[in-house]
Amino acid sequence: MSTPAHPFASRPTAGRKFENATFWFFRVATYIILLAGLAVFGDIILKGSSTVFGAFKSTEHFPYVTNTFLSEAPETLYVFEDGGVKREMGDTEYRAYRESRIASALAAGEPAPQFKSESYVYSAGGIWPCIVGTVLLVVGSMAIALTLGVASAIFLSEYAKDGAFVRFVRLAILNLAGVPSIVFGLFGFGMFVIFFDWNVSLLAGWFTLAFMVLPVVITASEEALKAVPQGFREGSLALGATKWQTIRSNVLPYALPGILTSSILGIARVAGETAPIMFTAAYVVRDKLPWDVEKVSDFFFQGVMALPYHIYVVSSKIPQNEYTSRVQYGTAFVFLGIVALIALASILLRNNLRGRYKW
Amino acid sequence: MVTTTSSRTPLSSPMETPADTPASRTFKVSSVPSEDDRADTLIEIKDFDFYYGTKQALFDINLKLDDKRVTAFIGPSGCGKSTLLRCLNRMNDLIDGTRITRGGVKVRGVDIYGRDVDSIELRKRVGMVFQKSNPFPKSIYENIVYGLRIQGVKSKARLDEVVEKSLRGAALWDEVKDRLHESGLSLSGGQQQRLCIARTIAVEPEVILMDEPCSALDPIATAKVEELIHELKKQFTIIIVTHSMQQAARCSDKTAFFYMGKLIEYADTRTIFMNPANAQTEAYVSGRFG
Ligand SMILES: Nc1ncnc2c1ncn2[C@@H]1O[C@H](COP(=O)(O)OP(=O)(O)OP(=O)(O)O)[C@@H](O)[C@H]1O
Ligand SMILES: [Mg+2]
Repeated sequence: MSTPAHPFASRPTAGRKFENATFWFFRVATYIILLAGLAVFGDIILKGSSTVFGAFKSTEHFPYVTNTFLSEAPETLYVFEDGGVKREMGDTEYRAYRESRIASALAAGEPAPQFKSESYVYSAGGIWPCIVGTVLLVVGSMAIALTLGVASAIFLSEYAKDGAFVRFVRLAILNLAGVPSIVFGLFGFGMFVIFFDWNVSLLAGWFTLAFMVLPVVITASEEALKAVPQGFREGSLALGATKWQTIRSNVLPYALPGILTSSILGIARVAGETAPIMFTAAYVVRDKLPWDVEKVSDFFFQGVMALPYHIYVVSSKIPQNEYTSRVQYGTAFVFLGIVALIALASILLRNNLRGRYKW
Repeated sequence: MVTTTSSRTPLSSPMETPADTPASRTFKVSSVPSEDDRADTLIEIKDFDFYYGTKQALFDINLKLDDKRVTAFIGPSGCGKSTLLRCLNRMNDLIDGTRITRGGVKVRGVDIYGRDVDSIELRKRVGMVFQKSNPFPKSIYENIVYGLRIQGVKSKARLDEVVEKSLRGAALWDEVKDRLHESGLSLSGGQQQRLCIARTIAVEPEVILMDEPCSALDPIATAKVEELIHELKKQFTIIIVTHSMQQAARCSDKTAFFYMGKLIEYADTRTIFMNPANAQTEAYVSGRFG
C-alpha cells in the first residue's frame, strides 16, 4: 500500500467497509418494502380495475351509463352454453333469458332447449350494498368516536389534575390500543349484541368500531390540544373567559385540524377490519338496502353488508375459481379507492382548516 | 433636581444631593411628581405567603398598591415578581399545587381569595398583559372583541365602537384601521403587544397587570408602549414587572423591589432610585448585582 498523498485521502479500512455494508442494508430494506407495497397495490389495481371498469353498461335514460359492479347487489353467476356459445349471466338475467328462449322455442314448435349451467355464488352483480354498509359504519363510528374521544381528551388534558387517576386512564388507553381486533369483536358481541340485545346491527357495529378507534382519537386529540400554545389559554382566561369558553373558542378550533386528520385516518383503518364487525354488524348477504326500513328506529337495529366482510366471505367461504377472484379483486379495488378518498378528504379538510388558523 | 417627595414615604436622608448616589447618575427620573400625590389604595396585599407545591415562592408580602398609578415590580430573576403579579388576578389558580398558606389579597377591600369570589369576574376587573405577546390567531377585530363576545355582547355597532376606542386607547388605531380584518399575527412584535393591551382595555378592567411587556420589543416599540402606559394610567391602575431599571424609573410612580421572594423595599420610584433605604436595593438599582 502506498503512502497517502494527504492526510484526508480515503483508505479502504474495515470500518469503511462496515459503513458501506450498513448503508446498503438500510437501502435494500427500504427497496424491499417499496417492492412489496408496489406488488400489493399493483396486483389489486390491475386485477380489480378490470372488474370495475369492465362493468360499465349503457342505459336507456340519464345518465346513459351505469356501472353494474358499483350499483347492483351481489348475485349468483350462471355460466352455461347456448348454441355453442359460452355465456355468463347473473341470476335475474339468466332466468329471463331462459324463459324467453324456451318461450320462443315453443312458439316455433321446437323442443325446449336444455340449459346445463354451473352456478357461482356472489360472482355476478355488484357490491353496492357493501359500499353503503361500509360508508354507514364509517360515518356512525366516526361520530361516536369523535364525540367520546374528543370529550375525554379535553377532560384529560385541560381539566384533570395530573395524578394517579389520569396516569391510570392514560395507561388504560394505551392498553386498549394494543387489544387485537377480534377481541373487540368478541367484546362488541358480548356487550352490545347479547347483553344490550341490539342483535347484529349498525348500532352494535358503530360502538364496537368506535371503541376500537378511541385510543387513536384520544391520543391524537391530546397531542393536538397540547400543541396549542399555553398563551392562548392564559390570554383568554385573563380576559375573563370561563374554562369552557376558552377551550371552545380559543383552543379547540386550533386543535381541530390535527384531531380530525388523525381520527379520520384511524377510522378509515379500523373500518377495514373484518373481525370487529363480523359478529356485530355484518351480514353475509342482505337483500334490502339500509334505508328500506319501516320505522326510523329500525334503521339502527339492522345489520348491513360491508366491504371487508364481503372480501372475507368471497375469498374464504365459497369455492375459489376465476369467477370469484374477479369479485374479490374488484371489491378490494373499490375498498382501496374508498379508503384513499377518505384519506384525501381528511387531508383537504386539514389544509383548509390549517390555512385559517396559523400561529 | 428633586424638589418634592412623597409625604407618605419616610426618607432616610434628604434628597438635595442626588449626585451622591450612583443610581442617580444612571437614571433620569421624572422630577415633577404626579399631579396629585395622594392616591387611594386599590390593592392591599397582607402577610402573603405563597407556595408552588412545597416550594415557597413568596414570603410575608405586605404591599398597598395605589389606584390610578403605575407601580413597578423590580428584582433579580426568580425573585417572585411574576408570581405575585399572577396572584393578583388568580392566574396561579391554573397551576396545579399552588397554595396560599397565610395572608391574602384585597381589591377594593374585598378578599379576592374569599369563598364567594368568582375568579372569572375578578379577571374581568383585573386584566393582564403577558411577557410574550399572545394575540389570538384571529383577525385584529376579533382579537379586540374577544372579551366582549364571551360576555355575550352581540351588537355590531357596540363592538365596532369598542374596537375603535380600544385601538385608539392603545395607540394602534392609525396603524391598523385599514386592516382590521387581517390576522393579529400579521402585525409586528410591538404592534402585537399593543394589540394585547387594546384587547385588555376593551373589557374595561380597573387594573392592568403587565408582566415584562417590553422584554421582547426593540427600543422604539418599547418607547411607544411606555408612552401608552403614561396615557393609560389616567384610567387604569397599572402594575408592571420589568427588568429594565430605566423603564421602571421612566414609567412608574412607585416601585417595589423584591429579592428571593421577599419584599425588600417599597417606596416612591424617585426614592428607590435615588435614595434607597436598603443597601440591597441600592446595590440592585445601581447595577451591582442581579
Ligand atoms: N409553575 C411553577 N412551578 C414551580 N415553581 C415555580 C413556578 N413558577 C415559578 N416558580 C418558582 O418561583 C420562583 C419565582 O418565580 P417567578 O416566575 O415569580 O420569578 P420572576 O421574579 O418573575 O423571575 P423572572 O424575572 O425571571 O421572570 C422561582 O424560584 C421559580 O423557580
Ligand atoms: Mg417573571
